[in-house]
Amino acid sequence: MSTTPITTPAASAAVKPVKTNHIGLQILDYRGSKSTLCAGCGHNSVSERITEAFFDMGIQPERVMKMSGIGCSSKSPAYFMSRSFSFNGVHGRMPAVATGALLANKTMRSIGLSGDGDTASIGMGQFIHLLRRNVPMIYIVEDNGVYGLTKGQFSATADLGSRLKNGVVNELPAIDICALAIQIGATFVGRSFSGDKKQLSAMLKAAVAHKGTVLLDVISPCVTFNDHEGSTKSYKYMQAHEEEVGEVGFVPHFEDLTIDYDHDTTTDVALHDGSHMRLRKIHAAYAPTDKVQALKLLMETHAKGEVLTGVFYVDTTRPDFSTLLNTVDEPLATLPESRTRPSREVLAEIMADHV
Amino acid sequence: MITSDLEVQAQTTSASASSAKRIVNDLSIQVATVNGSGSQSANTVLLRSIFHMGVPVSGKNLFPSNIAGLPTWFTIRASKDGWVARKADIDLLIAMNGESAREDVLSLAPGAVVIYDEPLKLNELRTDLTFYPVPFDQLTAATGAEVKLRKLVKNMVYVGVAAQLLSIKMEAVEATVRKQFAKKVKAAELNLSAVRAGYDFAAATLTKQDPYLIEAMHATDGKIIIDGNSSAALGAMFAGVTVVPWYPITPSTSVVEDLIDYMKEYRVEADGKASFAVVQVEDELAAIGMVLGAGWAGARAMTATSGPGISLMAEFAGLGYFAEIPGVIFNVQRTGPSTGLPTRTSQADLAFTAGLSHGDTKHVLLLPGSVKECYQSVIDAFDLAEQLQTPVFILSDLDLGMNNWMSEPFEYPEKPLNRGKVLNAQQLEELGGFARYQDVDGDGIAYRTLPGTDHPLAAYFTRGTGHNEKALYSERPADYENNLLRLSRKFETARTMVPKPILEGTGKESVGIIAFGSSDFAVEESRDQLAREISLATDYLRIRAFPFTQEVAEFVATHDHIYVVEQNRDAQMLNLLKVDLDPVEAIKLHSVLHFNGLPLDARTVTTAIAALEGAR
Repeated sequence: MSTTPITTPAASAAVKPVKTNHIGLQILDYRGSKSTLCAGCGHNSVSERITEAFFDMGIQPERVMKMSGIGCSSKSPAYFMSRSFSFNGVHGRMPAVATGALLANKTMRSIGLSGDGDTASIGMGQFIHLLRRNVPMIYIVEDNGVYGLTKGQFSATADLGSRLKNGVVNELPAIDICALAIQIGATFVGRSFSGDKKQLSAMLKAAVAHKGTVLLDVISPCVTFNDHEGSTKSYKYMQAHEEEVGEVGFVPHFEDLTIDYDHDTTTDVALHDGSHMRLRKIHAAYAPTDKVQALKLLMETHAKGEVLTGVFYVDTTRPDFSTLLNTVDEPLATLPESRTRPSREVLAEIMADHV
Repeated sequence: MITSDLEVQAQTTSASASSAKRIVNDLSIQVATVNGSGSQSANTVLLRSIFHMGVPVSGKNLFPSNIAGLPTWFTIRASKDGWVARKADIDLLIAMNGESAREDVLSLAPGAVVIYDEPLKLNELRTDLTFYPVPFDQLTAATGAEVKLRKLVKNMVYVGVAAQLLSIKMEAVEATVRKQFAKKVKAAELNLSAVRAGYDFAAATLTKQDPYLIEAMHATDGKIIIDGNSSAALGAMFAGVTVVPWYPITPSTSVVEDLIDYMKEYRVEADGKASFAVVQVEDELAAIGMVLGAGWAGARAMTATSGPGISLMAEFAGLGYFAEIPGVIFNVQRTGPSTGLPTRTSQADLAFTAGLSHGDTKHVLLLPGSVKECYQSVIDAFDLAEQLQTPVFILSDLDLGMNNWMSEPFEYPEKPLNRGKVLNAQQLEELGGFARYQDVDGDGIAYRTLPGTDHPLAAYFTRGTGHNEKALYSERPADYENNLLRLSRKFETARTMVPKPILEGTGKESVGIIAFGSSDFAVEESRDQLAREISLATDYLRIRAFPFTQEVAEFVATHDHIYVVEQNRDAQMLNLLKVDLDPVEAIKLHSVLHFNGLPLDARTVTTAIAALEGAR
């Protein structure tokens, strides 16, 4: 017989300690509104992973800006971290709004949610300039190869030969967002799959620790318009064709870095906030600081019909855009008038120059 | 190019008759050169020398959309009466460009004066003009300037010739050159030797045969000379601007380039860090997108642009209006449609900007009419944008923006920055939260928070989609309608806050004139012409903002016949007025339009109004 005292379920819940992160907040403090996306949508899993990553990393929600464009993916900032400030802008133009917000307040963190249409078609111009500037933010493309809100047209990341539900075959080559990001200047580039909880979580936490543009292309199947036979962005296709380039391990800055690793098979990357990312080689040719090698691997695996995932490229040395601009340490937004309006004497001096 | 509106003149009257009379401090000079030849500094010296003599003056550059090799004209108008609008007739032509010389000479009115490069033999073209041939190349070579500098120095020679013929004092020219080249002593000396070469040549060789003279007066004491774009840049700096994303486009480019110069000088702190961020971006969509992102996050953000840029900004302008985000967009208007004439002036973006974007959108516009107002309007626009939480557009134009104007010195802003209704963490704690789009004060303006405000109830979701008072997504018909109605109330609040129009005249005349922006210079002069030539007394209302303040309707109500003068084809201001006015009042409005790309001149206005008055 058990000697355990009999308790009511309510009392037991009261006794059980609520898990808090290292700044004393609960996971509830990171939750968003109820999702209105389709049941089973990959985007909902991504929202979950983001919620957990920011909780685990102990980031104050009020220090985060959630940015997005237009589309199913761009709705998703409403479904995580309601205590963070959110801006759902216009189609394909999230990069400009996000950059502007960071110019105003460089002390904030920023996470952008976009889709393959929002990024790789209408937003391509702004996207590549965000990458080029190395704007310090996490930019996630929830990539499903179709336009969801307009009911299932191909996007520019749809693979050549992939088929829509109605039988239409895509005859144009796919844009590889990761290859583009590596070439243009993002300093942290990876691909994951909304169904790969372990990998996506580790990558998101590493992304939080990085200062510079983090581009994560997350294959996130559209259960309504692109999850059928003939799609290369379906759950089934990903389960059969995902090929990890390397295993992503993450040790946050507030934990002891005691775990030893094999230097021959694992690359340790010290991230800006003091955290470490441990990239264990799975693919023989994997070299996460070599742009050319990363591009070669991406092209080779794509040619074989495989979907390469993992962290492809990291550069922790290139300064981010906020650093390049060399602005004062405080947010420009709230500088006092004494520092933004020059004196009466300055105006008099300038006027004298024009006499 | 014929920059005067005159037809080519018949060669009838004789030039000799003019030698006896004296025309003092009242002439227009046109310098015809090739663009890229570096004539700008010479023209500025000539302009500023006249200014230094105390004579009211203005300068306009009529230039092609080209880097080098095409004809360009600089016109200077000196006027003892203070009229500084473009004057269509040219009194003195300095013909340095063989390409355009023939057409330039043929388009002059009888009695005009021509200083020309001797080998062009322009004196053979007409007998009713005064010609002064000058061997510019020989005079330039005699200065000893290096061959590569001669093209530039040659321009200073005509400054000397013109100065001597007009009896502009050499001391005035010398002081101007030394000031202009203050940081380059060697260049100053070289340029001065060229000026003297021209001056001495004229004194020794040319016999004064024309009536035009510049004599010292004191009408420029305490005044400055500046262009509108530079003035706008100063306004931005003294408005406390911190974020400036921009895309270069003629004729607005110098707004930001001048701003960069000023900010580097006056807004870099002791540790070398900047209290501003200027970013050259990929296009105008990004420029306004960053303005809105920065405005949302609490910064004073601004961009400057021109026609095609405004077109590209349309979608974001609607987002700014509907999501209620402050920002300032400074539009230096040029002609359209499409690329139009990128280096010619216009007021044709007015109607488009007033309703920029799809859906029920309307914007606050400021309409500066002088360089001083270019400065002041940016300061006003930032306060308005943050108080009203909306993008504010300023409509300048190329004539105001890129040309040199005399002005009273600018005034230091006495009012502190008004950052609008922003709640901080402590206020949120006291209030127990807030609803982002709730009209608490009845003025249509709700309270906002800034990202980073350290309170669990500070955050809200900003969106361009339908939303309720709590900023939550909503498709409820009542929520959408209420939001749009509140935005309309906010626009009515704006009506009471924007700069009021300026009334000139007794206010009791039956005939009124309405104008805005750079048309002011020509309208002021035209009123004088109308009074003198056809004894028509007029009242004049210069509108300075949209939405229109109540003074506009009152002006229309108290006048019988009103001429709306504007620089566009389709009477855009008149049509905006019609929307606002009682239809019975609106029939009093009549259009005077000018849209050939050249700055408006008084004669055009006078001729049009005189004809319409005659037809009444």
